[in-house]
Amino acid sequence: MTQRIPIVEKILSANDHLALENQARFDGAGVFALNFMASPGAGKTSLIEQTVKGLQGRLRIGMINGDIATSLDADRAQAAGATAVQINTGGDCHLDAVMVQSAITQLNLTALDLVIIENVGNLVCPAEFKLGTHKSILVASIPEGDDKPYKYPGMYRGVDAVVINKIDLMPYVPFRIDFFKKGIEVLNPGVTQFELSCQTGEGLSGWLEWLEIQVREYKKA
Amino acid sequence: MGADLQVRPWFYMHELAVTESILEIAIRHAQEQNARRITDLYLVLGQWSTVVDDSVQFYWDIISDGTIAKSATLHFRRVKAELACQDCGEEYHPVNETLACPKCGGTNVKVKAGEEFFLEAIDVEELT
Repeated sequence: MTQRIPIVEKILSANDHLALENQARFDGAGVFALNFMASPGAGKTSLIEQTVKGLQGRLRIGMINGDIATSLDADRAQAAGATAVQINTGGDCHLDAVMVQSAITQLNLTALDLVIIENVGNLVCPAEFKLGTHKSILVASIPEGDDKPYKYPGMYRGVDAVVINKIDLMPYVPFRIDFFKKGIEVLNPGVTQFELSCQTGEGLSGWLEWLEIQVREYKKA
Repeated sequence: MGADLQVRPWFYMHELAVTESILEIAIRHAQEQNARRITDLYLVLGQWSTVVDDSVQFYWDIISDGTIAKSATLHFRRVKAELACQDCGEEYHPVNETLACPKCGGTNVKVKAGEEFFLEAIDVEELT
């Protein structure tokens, strides 16, 4: 005889739970943590480089980089002045809370103000796996096209800020920014947005200012 | 160079992690009820969740082998994305590039459904 057992449990509840533990570790050390998500080539690493350089002497920054292979990105962040830990996911398409948990142990959190976690370049699943960061940032870029919020709604739903990178390419690429922003507005009303170029430096100061305020406010609380 | 952390050495998609979680949740609840075997699992997946049914089924057949959930049937209930316009009250299923309200064009919209991703129930046999 069979019997039905009602459950209603979120599939990724174990990951969510571990993410909370990670956040507690960050909180214990007073470190603000960010999750950077984007498609491959949107400019996550470039933005991290610019952020590390731009906030040099103001914030002590550590970086956890997730990639399927190589430590190229961690090397770049390190060269810019961050303490970097590389996670090679070995084919996995996203970071999860378990991977971040082991990476945290390699960082001396007490010597840091901010940890930036660079997720695997992918617009599909990283949003589903919480890592324990305080805020999530989606880095979009002009050459990707203006339809991305419509095609990957899940990614745009849960983030705290959207950075639109490579605006220096606007004259060369058909990109309807109003259409793009309308999609974001529906999916994530009022979300903080930045338009910038890591290449020319245009718009970077607004981002750096916002980020520094986030970290300072967090440390005050 | 950054310290190297080799986490998992083989290639896989996120559906493996997802399927492992499904198995863990189902077995835990079955054992709490002293069930001997799981025959069916009822999953609810929103349209905007990123999980592919076929991949879950593929991994399920492999990882459920040797457990009390071996050969259990996976039932997927898909939930369409549903949005509600806060300005004119229109409720609609977004299609392609019509995220904004199709009636008034407004963007003041709430997501009512489509992000579900949970195990609703299981059927078990032979309660002891």
